[in-house]
Amino acid sequence: MKPFISHTGVAAPLLQRNIDTDAIIPSREMKRVSKQGLGEGLFAGWRYTMPGSRELKPSFVLNKPEYEGASILLAGDNFGCGSSREHAVWALVEYGIRAVIASGFGAIFHTNCIRNGLLPVCLPEEDIRTLAQALSEDPQNRQVTIDLEQCLVRSGDLEWSFTLDEAARYMLLNGLDPIALTLQHRDLIDKYEQARRREHAWAYAPIENAVEGVLP
Amino acid sequence: MAMKGTSTLFDKLWSDHTVCDLENGEALLYLDRVFLHERTGAVALQSLHAAGYGVRDARHVFCTMDHIVDTFPGRGDKTLMPSGSDFILATRRETRAANVRLYDVDDADQGIVHVISPEQGLVLPGLTLVCPDSHTCTQGAIGALAWGIGSSEAEHAMATGTLRVRKPKNMRVMVNGTLRPGVTAKDLILHLIAKYGANGGAGCVVEFAGSAIQQLEVEARFTLCNMAVEFSAFTAVIAPDEKVEAYFEGKDFAPKGEHWRDAVDYWRTLRSDENAVFDIDLVVEAEQVEPAVTWGTSPEQAIGISACIPAAGDYAEAHRQEAATRALQYQGLESGNAITDIAVNAAFIGSCTNSRLSDLRAAAAVVKGRQIAPGVRGVVVPGSRRVKRAAEQEGLHRIFTDAGFEWRDSGCSMCFYAGGETFGEFQRVISTTNRNFEGRQGPNTRTHLASPETVAATAIAGSITSAEMLAKSESLSA
Repeated sequence: MKPFISHTGVAAPLLQRNIDTDAIIPSREMKRVSKQGLGEGLFAGWRYTMPGSRELKPSFVLNKPEYEGASILLAGDNFGCGSSREHAVWALVEYGIRAVIASGFGAIFHTNCIRNGLLPVCLPEEDIRTLAQALSEDPQNRQVTIDLEQCLVRSGDLEWSFTLDEAARYMLLNGLDPIALTLQHRDLIDKYEQARRREHAWAYAPIENAVEGVLP
Repeated sequence: MAMKGTSTLFDKLWSDHTVCDLENGEALLYLDRVFLHERTGAVALQSLHAAGYGVRDARHVFCTMDHIVDTFPGRGDKTLMPSGSDFILATRRETRAANVRLYDVDDADQGIVHVISPEQGLVLPGLTLVCPDSHTCTQGAIGALAWGIGSSEAEHAMATGTLRVRKPKNMRVMVNGTLRPGVTAKDLILHLIAKYGANGGAGCVVEFAGSAIQQLEVEARFTLCNMAVEFSAFTAVIAPDEKVEAYFEGKDFAPKGEHWRDAVDYWRTLRSDENAVFDIDLVVEAEQVEPAVTWGTSPEQAIGISACIPAAGDYAEAHRQEAATRALQYQGLESGNAITDIAVNAAFIGSCTNSRLSDLRAAAAVVKGRQIAPGVRGVVVPGSRRVKRAAEQEGLHRIFTDAGFEWRDSGCSMCFYAGGETFGEFQRVISTTNRNFEGRQGPNTRTHLASPETVAATAIAGSITSAEMLAKSESLSA
């Protein structure tokens, strides 16, 4: 996974609250058994003139020339609520988004971001509106920098600090594979599992006996 | 860690599953069950193997075909969704290769993951269960710690038998009193989300407690917990009681004999201590809840059946005003009109929220002896093959088909639009599902969420109404 240390780019505002993962990528755009090929489905319901069409709707923020090449999204509270589909994050990343600044995130979406190197930054709603307002005149030149080492968002003379839980920050800064990290604790997992099976045999006996009967 | 005597139910489930605390504020939680489905299961298994990992213990992993399969009678691997069969075939191939038990398209026990898992006793009180589906919180209703995850986390869960999780906060929603007749768990959860917002439970595990919760049957508790994710909660839990014990006794994968007695002894410890400390405490008076319907495009945009559609100006905060304006436009509604003035084109009964036998019985009781209003399309989709068979044994399918409803095979069906079946653009649907998001049931399709009783009554009346209002209007015109 690509580490996230610091990023500077054009930030596009999508300030409504509760932007759900169905809006980020409609289910109808998840056409292949793959994590790839999802970028063009990003915000498909808003970005294109008609369902299924690829004709860009000029009024949608990411289609406006001033936000061309946007790599940061500014959003309202509860961004990425709804469906657990990781396709929402895969679509954002493939499109070129490296960070989303919102005042809150859906819990599953937040974890999905961390697992894919997409930085979720939490700032108060009024600060995000201030930032969006400041950028609106010249977003191409007045860009936003997000520094994960210092946990700062900067743009011109505006600056805010943010917090991200230490585990998520560590994963992103180092671009780590959590499975490999967790498997370092394999002995502890084995030991825990043996003890749990002794104490709560009722929880495993039915499925293990039955499944053994079913499988070849 | 909490002192003895001050732990919540969630604290107990958490500490019982903690393998170790990691150095960075997370814990490594042990997972008793992992459930997959054909929408994301094949990708997760493929990607896991491509990264060089295997499934730690395939006996703890289950998979169902529910998201993409068609629900037409006699369905096969082909779907109305153009590439749907790719997902079905890949899931079959990958689960076989990994030795994962699959509830396939034609399996007698196939159904929606959150319906079949408890139905067969795969989830049990006191267990942890994860699934790459946000409505996994449904299964917390019986006292399990069950939550929805993404695909990467599903890979981690299968490879390691654990997940790295930062402990959420504890919230208790105390529901005092008794729900009025005709008011259901669906109405209660819509009422809660409308009152505290779609992010009201953010960062929390919500424990539902109080007399109104104890009075709910187990299937109604699934409906309640199902929509915890629409409240932005990490998940929801309800302490298991005698109703839950009775629910599981004798189920296929429930413990038997001595194991059953051990299990029940343990389950009886699974409740919040008297002095348990909650980070947030909310109180709902059950008598104040009336049949609820959503008017907008977020589950928080719900009102009681006797209310009028709000105007943007009714809200104090700017963001709610903006959301209301946008929602009214999408839904094609005018503020100030009674919600009961809205005519519908279709009625949908199904989904992991409301597709269990008790839901179908409740809807059938309203439908019995009546006809769907002219021009309204009605669809009933049982949550599982077992629910379907049980309903047919009771003759519920006849009640629905005699009234003009379609009676389907089990699956997620038209809860969401995956490119296959939809009600169509600008069609207005009253639906027992959980999401009224823009485009959820199809591009420009307009969704109104409600209970099975309200959906059934609305199908008969042709415009939004409750079962009680339907009965009253009929007795007036008789």
